[in-house]
Amino acid sequence: MDHKLGEEVNSRFGKRIGEALADPQIRRNFRNALDGVMAKRAEQFPDPDELWQLRNLDKAIRANSLHKLPQLLEQLEQQLTDNGIQVHWAVDGEEANKIVSDILDGRGVKKIIKGKSMVTEETGLNHHLEQLGYEVIESDLGEYIIQLAEEPPSHIVAPAIHKSRLEIADLFAEKFPDIPYTDDVDEMTHSARLILRKEFASADAGISGVNFAVAETGTLCLVENEGNGRLSTTAPPIHIAVTGIEKVVEKLSDVPPLLSILTRSATGQPITTYFNMISSPRKEHELDGPEEVHLVLLDNGRSAIREDDELDATLRCIRCGACINHCPVYVRVGGHAYGTVYPGPIGSVLEPQRLGIHEAGKLATACSLCGRCGEVCPVKIPLPQLINRIRAESNEAASDSTVRGHNSLRNQKEVLTWKLWSALYCSPLLYGLFTRTATVLRVLAPSKLGAWTRYRKAPKPAARSLHAMAARKGVDHE
Amino acid sequence: MSNQTTDTHVYLFGTCLIDLLYPDAGMASIELLQNAGIQVIFPPAQSCCGQPAFNSGFRSEAREVARKQLDCFPKSYPVVVPSASCAGMMKHHWPELFEGNRDEERAYEIASRVYELTEYLVDRLDYQPVDKGESTTVAIHSSCSALREMGVADRIEKLVGGLQQVTCVEQAYKSECCGFGGTFAVKQPEISGAMVTEKAASIRDTGAERLISQDCGCLMNIGGAFEKQGEGPECQHIAEFLLERSNGS
Amino acid sequence: MSESRNRILEALKAHSSEADLPSPPVYKPQLTWSKDEKLDCFQTMLESVHGEVHRIQEDQLGEKLAQLLKQKEVKRLLCSPKFPQAIYDGLNAIECLRYDRHISEWKEELFNSVDASITTTLCGVAQTGTLVLWPDREEPRLASLVPPIHIAVVEADTIVETFAEAISEGNWASQMPTNALLISGPSKTADIEQILAYGIHGPKQLIVLIVNNQE
Repeated sequence: MDHKLGEEVNSRFGKRIGEALADPQIRRNFRNALDGVMAKRAEQFPDPDELWQLRNLDKAIRANSLHKLPQLLEQLEQQLTDNGIQVHWAVDGEEANKIVSDILDGRGVKKIIKGKSMVTEETGLNHHLEQLGYEVIESDLGEYIIQLAEEPPSHIVAPAIHKSRLEIADLFAEKFPDIPYTDDVDEMTHSARLILRKEFASADAGISGVNFAVAETGTLCLVENEGNGRLSTTAPPIHIAVTGIEKVVEKLSDVPPLLSILTRSATGQPITTYFNMISSPRKEHELDGPEEVHLVLLDNGRSAIREDDELDATLRCIRCGACINHCPVYVRVGGHAYGTVYPGPIGSVLEPQRLGIHEAGKLATACSLCGRCGEVCPVKIPLPQLINRIRAESNEAASDSTVRGHNSLRNQKEVLTWKLWSALYCSPLLYGLFTRTATVLRVLAPSKLGAWTRYRKAPKPAARSLHAMAARKGVDHE
Repeated sequence: MSNQTTDTHVYLFGTCLIDLLYPDAGMASIELLQNAGIQVIFPPAQSCCGQPAFNSGFRSEAREVARKQLDCFPKSYPVVVPSASCAGMMKHHWPELFEGNRDEERAYEIASRVYELTEYLVDRLDYQPVDKGESTTVAIHSSCSALREMGVADRIEKLVGGLQQVTCVEQAYKSECCGFGGTFAVKQPEISGAMVTEKAASIRDTGAERLISQDCGCLMNIGGAFEKQGEGPECQHIAEFLLERSNGS
Repeated sequence: MSESRNRILEALKAHSSEADLPSPPVYKPQLTWSKDEKLDCFQTMLESVHGEVHRIQEDQLGEKLAQLLKQKEVKRLLCSPKFPQAIYDGLNAIECLRYDRHISEWKEELFNSVDASITTTLCGVAQTGTLVLWPDREEPRLASLVPPIHIAVVEADTIVETFAEAISEGNWASQMPTNALLISGPSKTADIEQILAYGIHGPKQLIVLIVNNQE
């Protein structure tokens, strides 16, 4: 990866797309992986009525959380504090990173083991801690692989999805010359188990994300299959969880329907291997578990996103990745092409808001509005509608727009084109003149239309327009 | 849904793409409806539903063009559109586009009587296709708007399925977008190009003699790729196909 | 409290409407299974994710345990004091360990030289083939996680239909433990080409003994 995530997104987007499309290996890797994930998800929802009801319910639960967000965050803080978990608030990523390093400072911490967390990708936490001299080890197998490869994740659920088995085998061979080469998945997995076991046993602190934070009980919920999340949050003496403020839910009874749709949508599993609910640090009589548990609540643009009555739906997201898995653009360009922490449809909506249109608004152009993402979203985020809205924010935002950097992609040539288009299509007279001219002069129609004709022949106007043919055939006018 | 329609008249909204590039699809739509005993009105002041600007982020330009269309359908007749993407714009996005605006009520009212052509044929006319043609093999590509926004993609399947001499073959990744997406093809030409190249290959692999769709945007895109690559089945709008089969030519 | 806390909360409160959204309904999947159907579903779901399931009578626990440990070549077993001592009596050559010290005193040993563990469960969930554990002093959190084989004993009578039912029937909301845990199968990953591999970090084998309480 040539650049830090979230920087120069707009300016490098086209180049990254070109590079991704030119790499047949990457395209095969994504297609193979996503075909499987889509089929597994479909198997989990045999009953469309049940899916319909569950989506409506989960949408309502998430909407309720966002509606009552400030009250729920205060309740969550109170409950967690009562339970002995320390709560911290961060306006932005930099502050969140500092909170984490301040907790660790002077405690003799050397090694930090991490469970999978997209929010800490958002803040660049690993880099921050490494600069301070800490050893940071990712423990989710996918995250571990890309950490070895020094790459960012290309998918929010399956971070190493862009790599083939053979590429990973080569990477292991390069990084661990003492282990005999193998491209067998079981053997590679076993090697990783042995390596990371030592790290779990010796880590001084564990850092994780959070899938749901329950206000009612002060409970942090983590969804995973590997056991690295459990180990990171249980084995070291300190556990720090970092989460976006939108992850709060009101009641414990909100959790089962969210969990059910999350795992089925994300990986096509009825439930993940582990669902880990943490409500306090080690109690005095208990024999393991961290003595200290911290929760860092990160805003990082979320409260601003919530101000818009349409775009606030972005915050309903439960990070299942189903929109990404079903996106015909993502499957061809992969996650790195986006250059942001969150790729695909949700990334194309979230990142332009989080980073600003001036920084990442162009992501919304990489969408044919095919509607698959909205169709599979478990919490019914109208993703195509929001992508369309981001396009409007890029060019013609309303005067009271709260979106950062709105109108910053507006360019005069395009504005003029659409003004002319509007004038032409608004006037029956001009429009009639245009179609008559185009049909009469059809032989003169350009055979080259920029990029269109790199992949297709240019269409030619018909000899007569439908207007002319209908009139000639005497079709009624009114 | 009533199968025994009481409709005597419908408006046909021809769409800008059909008007300029595929008028035969529009005329075939008119003829099919007329043959079923419906009086078809083609309002001459119509031009475009506004979708190209709307999907490009230029909503005020889209609104001005769409507003002109609102005047075209004064009576309460159904508005039949031989394109699911334009029908989707009129049915689902016009109300949104005119929200809080003086034309909101009118936009809602018209949206409520917009039908995509195959939807109208099946749901309102209970259209029974007649097949007088030679035996042939076709592949169907439903547009994303027909599949998802309008949810009417089963209608074209039903219509083609009712033709006795026609065998339907299915391409791989059938429900995946062809990569047209209006100005997406212009703004992200390389991604769009990759999508249409693969879509064309998967259709060609079926060996179908023709590709049928309810949307001319997809046909222009996929057909253009066939032409560029020098091979591929003939592309035809469903209205033309049905008309041709009923005439046996 | 911190300045950032106030800034975030104020920003959120400035854009909150007074009007209440209707509260979402409580999720209650309508299942009406007999006890046998619940047991069958529980077993099928667990086996579908590589869980090994045995149904036994209460008085067969010691015998079954000895047989399994022999078959799996377990040398050191982490025991739970929640079972009657009698079940461990017939284990002969197998060393029975107790988790009776703070983890810091024997972390290396637990991670490197314990072959298997046995724990009780709070209940089972039929719909997803899930074990519910509430670890405590007698069965600490790492006991079901670190050893490569985890043997979990579920009483047939405790199996409920859904996770939602477990939460509401067990009145969890008023008494959440330090850690509540759902386990559905052995540890696994699909991070390499979406190919499933077991035992990446947690137990490689999950053996579930369903004990039928005789009435």
